[in-house]
Amino acid sequence: MATFILRRILLSIPVLIISTVIIFWGMTEIADPLSSLRLLPNVSQQTIQNIVDRKHLDDPWYVQYVFWAKDLFTERNTTALGNNPIWPDLKRAAGNTVQLIAISEVIAITTAVWLGVQSAKKQYSVFDYTTTTVSFFGFSVPIFWFALMLQALVTGLFLWTGFRLFYTFGQSSFDIASQGWWAVLIDRLQHMVLPITTLAYVNIATYSRFQRASMLEVLNADYIRTARAKGLSERTVTMKHGLRNALIPVVTLAAINFGGLLGGAVITETIFAWPGMGKFFFDALSQGDAYTIMSWLVVTAIAIIIGNLLADIAYGWLDPRIRYD
Amino acid sequence: MTDQVERFPSARADSDVEEAVTQSALDTMARDDLDVLEREGLEIESLTQWQLTRRKFFQHKLAVGSLILLLIIILSSLFAEQLAPYPFDAPNVPDRSLAPTLTDNHFFGTDKIGRDYFSRTLYGTRTSIYVAFFVSFLSTGIGVIVGGIAGYYGKWIDNLLMRVTDLFFTLPFLPVLMILANFWGRGNPIRVGIVLAFLFWTTLARIVRGEFLSLREKEYVEAAKALGASDARIIFRHILPNALGAIIVNATLTVATAILVEAALSFLGFGIQPPFPALGKLISDGQDALTTQWWLAVFPGLTIVAIALCINFIGDGLRDALDPKQRVK
Amino acid sequence: MADSVLEIKDLVVEFDTTDGVVHAVDGVSYEVAPGETLGVVGESGSGKSVTVMSALGLIQMPPGRIVRGEVLYNGRNLIGLPIDELRKIRNKEIGMVFQDPMTSLNPVFTVGDQIAEAILEHNASATELEARKRTIGLLERVGVPNAERRFDQYPHEYSGGMRQRAMIAMAIANDPAVIIADEPTTALDVTIQAQVLDVLKDATRETHAALILITHDLGVVAELVDKVAVMYAGKVVERGSVEEIFHAPRHPYTLGLMMSLPRLSGEIKKLLPIAGNPPSLLNRPAGCSFHPRCRLYHGREICRTDVPELPGGTTAAACHFTSEMAAELEREAAEAGIAAEGGRIG
Ligand SMILES: Nc1ncnc2c1ncn2[C@@H]1O[C@H](COP(=O)(O)OP(=O)(O)OP(=O)(O)O)[C@@H](O)[C@H]1O
Ligand SMILES: [Mg+2]
Repeated sequence: MATFILRRILLSIPVLIISTVIIFWGMTEIADPLSSLRLLPNVSQQTIQNIVDRKHLDDPWYVQYVFWAKDLFTERNTTALGNNPIWPDLKRAAGNTVQLIAISEVIAITTAVWLGVQSAKKQYSVFDYTTTTVSFFGFSVPIFWFALMLQALVTGLFLWTGFRLFYTFGQSSFDIASQGWWAVLIDRLQHMVLPITTLAYVNIATYSRFQRASMLEVLNADYIRTARAKGLSERTVTMKHGLRNALIPVVTLAAINFGGLLGGAVITETIFAWPGMGKFFFDALSQGDAYTIMSWLVVTAIAIIIGNLLADIAYGWLDPRIRYD
Repeated sequence: MTDQVERFPSARADSDVEEAVTQSALDTMARDDLDVLEREGLEIESLTQWQLTRRKFFQHKLAVGSLILLLIIILSSLFAEQLAPYPFDAPNVPDRSLAPTLTDNHFFGTDKIGRDYFSRTLYGTRTSIYVAFFVSFLSTGIGVIVGGIAGYYGKWIDNLLMRVTDLFFTLPFLPVLMILANFWGRGNPIRVGIVLAFLFWTTLARIVRGEFLSLREKEYVEAAKALGASDARIIFRHILPNALGAIIVNATLTVATAILVEAALSFLGFGIQPPFPALGKLISDGQDALTTQWWLAVFPGLTIVAIALCINFIGDGLRDALDPKQRVK
Repeated sequence: MADSVLEIKDLVVEFDTTDGVVHAVDGVSYEVAPGETLGVVGESGSGKSVTVMSALGLIQMPPGRIVRGEVLYNGRNLIGLPIDELRKIRNKEIGMVFQDPMTSLNPVFTVGDQIAEAILEHNASATELEARKRTIGLLERVGVPNAERRFDQYPHEYSGGMRQRAMIAMAIANDPAVIIADEPTTALDVTIQAQVLDVLKDATRETHAALILITHDLGVVAELVDKVAVMYAGKVVERGSVEEIFHAPRHPYTLGLMMSLPRLSGEIKKLLPIAGNPPSLLNRPAGCSFHPRCRLYHGREICRTDVPELPGGTTAAACHFTSEMAAELEREAAEAGIAAEGGRIG
């Protein structure tokens, strides 16, 4: 297993290098780093010339790439106009997003597994039909609209009762830090509930469908009958023999998803002004800074590669038939 | 199952698991170990495949209801010019900020410069539907071609094409769309549609490839090959018709996904922009007045939900109807 | 023969399907005594598996439904027993071996753990270590080499034959009084089949357990079995000792089965399938379900109208014209003689 992980990590390196090339080439193809700056009236010719020199914009793209890649993970990876280092902000954003998706994924997986298992055990029951229908809504309600409705509801409640249950905006309240760690924690949670609900809602629908399908398949398996014939309790049969097998696809999917989510919470973070990766990307794209976007893409690519690696590890860990050596 | 935006695209490949589940006890019935005798098999009174499919589809009440509702929505948006009580973009200050009301036909209310939101929603729906169907056709075309070539010819072509497809699956879906739409889409519906299709074809390519790979080995295809049929003939006469079910279901669900994703893009300001009407943009216009003029965000949103829900139910009904393992009730 | 340990009496099981009610088991009765081996034969779909599964409550309900009948284990009816009571019977009193060893073991647990689980479940006082030791002993008994090491291996590391041995070890883990083996060798290589059957036979001999052996293989029946129940379309159509069934079948269906056997008396004969198809259990022919395929039917009305009863007793057949079977057998024998002679000349 250890050698497998090591080999997978080593194999990921060329994949990562190729994706940085594609990211750089793609971005320079579709987005001239200077085009947005040229439109700004207060940017002088001299400033632009400085940027051209600094980023080697007169050279062909592959030369530019080498200069860019050399400095990618250093202080010298900066924005075009302000020459500000990109990493500090990006790191902070990544940390904030991880908080959000870690919690929402835990909630989504546990809820979805429970829902999926229950609907599979009671296939065609009212409960099953209800969760199926609700999950169809989950697939059909746009996330951004769902988030807006949550916001409207909570704000409406606040305006109506004057009671602030959750915050609809940002990460923490102004000057909360002075009121002790307990207040900070509560305040943070109040800010997190809505974005987490939004993110979890998206995944619960998918995961629970997955879980239901794999649980149904497993419950029809011969080894479940064997387990029953042994005289085991129904609980042991479904929860030990069934669930252990039925979890494999969902856990694998969730692991893959984890990487994608790091870069994928754009809508949620933008609407709730959560200062994470998604918001960071949205702002970078709105300002049109190619270097910020490229750095962001590299981080996301790494996250996705790690997510796929995690999926492989989880798969090998859960399913003894998979042997990595 | 449709894919939502903030999800990693590989989540879309879930039908494998579900399909395996439909294998019911009925299979045990067909099993014959003695194998001395041929079994009568399933007595389907010589219905053609399509008649059978249609009959099964029309037994799916939710799907049929959805189809009717969807047709109503589509037709009324296509005839927006005739049906809308007001033009899309005409301000009417005296009527500003009206809550939904039956007087003067402001069913969905008006915004703060008096534009009628029912009319705006109708026009917006039309754009969304146009774009979604365009995306579905385009991505289905690409997917069938790429997946078909990979599956039919196999070997290195397959390998190459599938690695390219894999590459698309490792992209952060929505951000890449946003980048492309931002720098290339320019708020134009057709360009935005092309951008969406560019990322949407991969799921279908994989499905089609799988179908082609397995159908390629079937006896009748082998027989046709032995008889010297051309590749094109084999593909269009023998393989494609059998893969059609999977393609249709996927194309249907793609319409729903496209509507949702296009709305999200337009909402974020990277999709369809004025002067073109779009539902996502309407909602983002209403975002600032969520509590005071709730109707601005609610009605266009509900329209999206209704369309997507209908399509998902139709897709579900189609999947059941096209599944040879499920029989007529 | 001693009193029966397991007796199935007039069992009726139905399944609701989208196409209607499937009458999978329709009034089946048979019994086994300790140390005795009962062979159950019949075409696919005749209800052999459903009968034994229902006995232990292992069919899915719904869609399944036990309409009536009794399953008496030492005189105690298992049908309608609360699930917690039934669980104490499963494996502890009645062990089961299933057809497909590839899928009957859980892929994510070690073989040893799965067997030990059966021991721990029924022996509250047993420790994990004791269960492990007993399991290793069991594995050795069924002929799994290196049992100590094999204990910690997963099913995919076992071959098909080894897995079926492990399944047998699991079935006998608690020394049950009855072992039910549902086509235990169908999924195995021919070369392995005999070994696995030997293991099964030895295991029952040692504990003096009753064995119900469901099989398609009449060769197995001839070798291993004391008595036979022949099933057709959810019913037992003939019951008797092995000799009777093979040499003097009293039901035309049994004769048909014998004819379809490749080697009847050592000589290679032409395979003679029974004409026609097994009936649909949704929509069975009226009267005797076998009449459309029957060689004795000759258009007689009673076959179309009356369901023949299976008389009691150890030897019986459910046929209106069982008396005509003797003549039929003679004719067959004569034809077979001619065929054999013809073969010799050619
Ligand atoms: N869950 C179920 N739902 C519907 N019908 C069922 C179900 N289980 C069994 N049946 C039906 O009951 C009938 C008897 O099945 P059973 O498995 O007992 O046959 P069998 O004699 O064991 O055949 P085989 O030799 O193939 O194992 C079959 O026609 C089968 O289709
Ligand atoms: Mg069976």
